[in-house]
Amino acid sequence: MANTAKKTSKLSTFTSANHPVRRMRRFREMMIELVLFLAAASSVLVTVGIVWILVSESLPFFQTVSLVEFLTETQWTPLFAEPKYGILPLVCGTLLTTFVALLVAIPLGTISATFLSEYTNSTVREIVKPVLELLAAVPTVVYGYFALIFVTPLLQKIIPDLSGFNVLSAGLVIGIMIIPYISSLAEDAMRSVPGYLREGSFAMGASRFQTSFRVVIPAAFSGITSAYILGISRAIGETMVVAIAAGMQPNFTLNPLQPAETITAYIVQVSMGDLPHGSIGYQSIYVAGLTLLVMTLMFNVIGYYLKKKYRESY
Amino acid sequence: MVEVNPNLQLRAEVKNLSFSYSTEKKVLNSVSMPIYDTKVTALIGPSGCGKTTLLRCFNRMHDLYKVKEYQGEITLYPEQMNILSKDIDPIEVRMRIGMVFQKPNPFPKTIFENVVYGLRVRGVKKTSFIQERCEKALQQAGLWDEVKDRLNSSAQMLSGGQQQRLCIARALATEPEVLLLDEPTSALDPISTAHVEELIIELKKDVTIVIVTHNLHQAARVSDYTAFMYLGDLIEYGPTTKIFTNPADKRTESYITGRFG
Ligand SMILES: Nc1ncnc2c1ncn2[C@@H]1O[C@H](COP(=O)(O)OP(=O)(O)O)[C@@H](O)[C@H]1O
Ligand SMILES: [Mg+2]
Repeated sequence: MANTAKKTSKLSTFTSANHPVRRMRRFREMMIELVLFLAAASSVLVTVGIVWILVSESLPFFQTVSLVEFLTETQWTPLFAEPKYGILPLVCGTLLTTFVALLVAIPLGTISATFLSEYTNSTVREIVKPVLELLAAVPTVVYGYFALIFVTPLLQKIIPDLSGFNVLSAGLVIGIMIIPYISSLAEDAMRSVPGYLREGSFAMGASRFQTSFRVVIPAAFSGITSAYILGISRAIGETMVVAIAAGMQPNFTLNPLQPAETITAYIVQVSMGDLPHGSIGYQSIYVAGLTLLVMTLMFNVIGYYLKKKYRESY
Repeated sequence: MVEVNPNLQLRAEVKNLSFSYSTEKKVLNSVSMPIYDTKVTALIGPSGCGKTTLLRCFNRMHDLYKVKEYQGEITLYPEQMNILSKDIDPIEVRMRIGMVFQKPNPFPKTIFENVVYGLRVRGVKKTSFIQERCEKALQQAGLWDEVKDRLNSSAQMLSGGQQQRLCIARALATEPEVLLLDEPTSALDPISTAHVEELIIELKKDVTIVIVTHNLHQAARVSDYTAFMYLGDLIEYGPTTKIFTNPADKRTESYITGRFG
């Protein structure tokens, strides 16, 4: 007994403030703090930097093109001899593709989340989940070609006047691509709904289906909204599939059977050519990027407010 | 063996009911007892003796989890059907036997939608009927005056005691034949508890109640019959006055005099 006491006291001797051990310890703590701060600051700095570059490179563009023209003109042809600078066709293409994608991804994502969270035991879930998440692991370029050489011909059998490049098949394929994002987040949200709410519903004579759709999903609404917002952001930002399958033709239309170009596809298209630094075509990339950022931000803000409004529902 | 009183109407009868969560240990050990119509039956006993487990057999709650075997019967009157039988759909059992949980668990919906949840689930469409039932259930639960002006605000806004009475209203809205209460006041303050107890006494005119309680005074105050359980066995069952004044079993006596549990 006495022995142990001796040992412990040796391990924890008190030292004065200027003792080298204490100084070393303080230094180490400071270094760790600094490294952590820099790591956290870097992501903020990068974000600020990106916004700064987008805005500053876009400003000269608006000295040539008025904001009114930019927002109301219905053609986007910056590289033509007689250039037109209306962002509407690109915004239209982007929103239309996103809309078609969400039409697929939201129902299927929600249903698979419900299935995984409410209907399966852990064994089935361990098998189904990784398979579903594999959808997210397929390179987007593969999805692009899948849309172009498999989905489009298939759709043309049903819709004969579908053009070879079109929004519909690009949107459908993006929708499939983002199912795992939505289902995975939505499932997490649903699984964190406390069991006593489910039991309360079952005790009222509700079926599993009624419990899922009348109690669990409304209770998980805030998390499910986050899942949808992430899905929307992914769909808006998707580039490869639309670049390959939708045709790269700015087209002011709401008809998904036609070709179109999204903002991202335009950026890729123009970045691949060699534009002189400072030319208006060059600036238009930044303007397009800024527009994209504003759009994504808008959806995030809407999502944030929806989440706030429906938070703490259980 | 518990004698069934022939002068009283039976609502249900538990017959040699055994239950276990895993294969090793029986949590209920051949429990038999009557549940008389429009009476309050209290289940008492030390923590972990199987009161909740027994209560959750009545509405087949155990069916929600990895299949558990029920051995024995719970006969529901007047049809005299064994509600634990595999041929009986647990949903149909739960449609007739309501339950209120230990912790208030209102749904993240409005007060109105909480109360009428059971009707919605049963596919009732008629608005006037739904509204009538909502008001009646809230009246019965003694909550109507407090919430009648804000039926469309969220149930989460209510206090704990109000939430529990809302859960009682929710269970009553579908006019169940039996109401199961699992320590309904254990999460409530004394005033809300008194409220709920008054309510239980009021309710037994219309509905048969089985209540699990930790609080012996509560059992004495609200119940007509009491079952004392210990380690999965039903030790003693009888009229509440008899159990509390003149218990037959030593273990019952030491429990109600506070010597263990
Ligand atoms: N879901 C469960 N799985 C396994 N064992 C359980 C479960 N629920 C309760 N038990 C066990 O069953 C016994 C009785 O529990 P319970 O019915 O909750 O007792 P009481 O309500 O009387 O306190 C306890 O030993 C408890 O540990
Ligand atoms: Mg219990």
